[in-house]
Amino acid sequence: MTVPLIEFNQVFKRFGDNAVLKGVDLSIYQGQVTAIIGKSGIGKSVLLKHIIGLLEPDQGEIRFQGQAINAMPAVARRAVKMKFSYMFQGTALFDSMTIYENVALPLKEKGQVPFREIQRRVRDKLAQLDLAGIEDKYPSQLSGGMKKRVAMARALVTDPEIVLFDEPTTGLDPIRKNTAHAMIAQYQKTFGFTGVMVSHEIPDVFYICQRIAMLDQGRIIFQGSPAEIQNSTEPAIRQFIRGQDPEATQAALSER
Amino acid sequence: MTQSYTITNMLAGLGRMAISPVQEFGRVAIFFFRGVIYLFSFPLQADKIIDQVYFIGTKSVFVICLTGAFTGMVLGLQGYYTLVKFGSEGLLGAAVALSLIREMGPVLAAIMIVARAGSAMAAEIGIMRISEQIDALETMDINPVRFLFSPRLGAALISFPFLTAIFDVVGIIGGYVTGSLLLGINSGLYFSRVESSVLMEDINGGFAKSFCFAAIVVTICCYQGYTTHLRKEGFGAKGVSLSTTSAVVLSCVMILVADYVLTSFLL
Ligand SMILES: Nc1ncnc2c1ncn2[C@@H]1O[C@H](COP(=O)(O)OP(=O)(O)O)[C@@H](O)[C@H]1O
Ligand SMILES: [Mg+2]
Repeated sequence: MTVPLIEFNQVFKRFGDNAVLKGVDLSIYQGQVTAIIGKSGIGKSVLLKHIIGLLEPDQGEIRFQGQAINAMPAVARRAVKMKFSYMFQGTALFDSMTIYENVALPLKEKGQVPFREIQRRVRDKLAQLDLAGIEDKYPSQLSGGMKKRVAMARALVTDPEIVLFDEPTTGLDPIRKNTAHAMIAQYQKTFGFTGVMVSHEIPDVFYICQRIAMLDQGRIIFQGSPAEIQNSTEPAIRQFIRGQDPEATQAALSER
Repeated sequence: MTQSYTITNMLAGLGRMAISPVQEFGRVAIFFFRGVIYLFSFPLQADKIIDQVYFIGTKSVFVICLTGAFTGMVLGLQGYYTLVKFGSEGLLGAAVALSLIREMGPVLAAIMIVARAGSAMAAEIGIMRISEQIDALETMDINPVRFLFSPRLGAALISFPFLTAIFDVVGIIGGYVTGSLLLGINSGLYFSRVESSVLMEDINGGFAKSFCFAAIVVTICCYQGYTTHLRKEGFGAKGVSLSTTSAVVLSCVMILVADYVLTSFLL
């Protein structure tokens, strides 16, 4: 098989007494959208933050095209980082800037894109996500779902090579969710970008992602194609993708 | 065995207590130097600096005038009653002008700016930190120190001397109001004493102080906000409130400490 674009090799991370990642091995391939699934609070966001360097592993390494990122010189590291774009789970919009300024910022700060071009690209992106007409509003004036879509517009406005989405569609209504998914799939067709998406949207992710990885108990317990995970006989995986936990359900029922 | 253990423990604790402020000071110094370097690196952030000059400078003018006026007036009163004991109330102009220009102006103006703008900076940057906005800047390859701290530093270095100058002038007029208009010193005498006693050295010294205070205040306030997430004793909104409080307290203390050090050099 080809060399993975991003590769986790025995990555460990703990916060105080709370060991979150306990030997993660994961491969992400160029041109594919990889979904990371797993229970809430299991460490999916932590894993995603390691890819872009917001968090550093305690142990183990993360490789980009076969080279360990933490061993790279600063210049090379920055060059790698520039290929990425990150959409935060909590949106992380700049709350004292307007929506337009938020989405324009990644283009504006580079100082290389002319003003008219910035304007055109920002308006295009907002229109695609059904957000036209709110350019002058502030994030606190929007609903949760709208903020998510603004965050997505901001992540995609620079046409990045690799996009990391942290729960991009959680909290969206079914129609907007489908639009967002369609947009990610469309992007991949036109730009051939690489995506890593933390998501709870089962089964939707099986249709838009080429690869699924499941995080549980600090490790990746499965990685492979959507077909493979759907045919998996592993109980933990089967329960998760069917939304069933027999013990918990039984306990909840017997409490009544 | 247990006793020696307690003793080494105490010694270790003592050592930690000594090391951590030094470490913290080093971090603040590095933060400051990064801010200075990014302030002069291209592309210059003129628009952001102007925004901040408006926020730190223009919007502080009113409160500076108000405090300047009352400081000058009370100096006029106190100065008059002290000087009149020696029959030298004619020197009031000199006393008011020199104490304002050399001490009170730079120090009180800086403290007022801390209250108005410094606390706001710490809170704003602190909220950006806890809501991941600073992380977002990093993922966009925008240097947060350059983006948030440098413009504020530049703006403060521009605004502080001006605000101090306004404070001094309004204060001298305040001293005139109490000294001449209320207590009857000859107004020509008051202003001629101001003119004859104040040397260019005094004015330069005052400006030198206000430059230093600008650097101290903005560095401390931005640093406190920037490191909100590292606080052990409070998280979230509580962390921001602690950062804001310590930004204000530390800035005021450091202004007075630095004032003493600078005065002893300048005299
Ligand atoms: N900055 C941090 N400091 C301390 N603990 C953290 C931090 N970030 C995440 N955690 C902990 O790591 C665990 C995983 O969190 P997270 O990655 O957000 O879960 P999720 O899978 O829902 O995205 C949680 O127990 C959380 O408390
Ligand atoms: Mg998460």
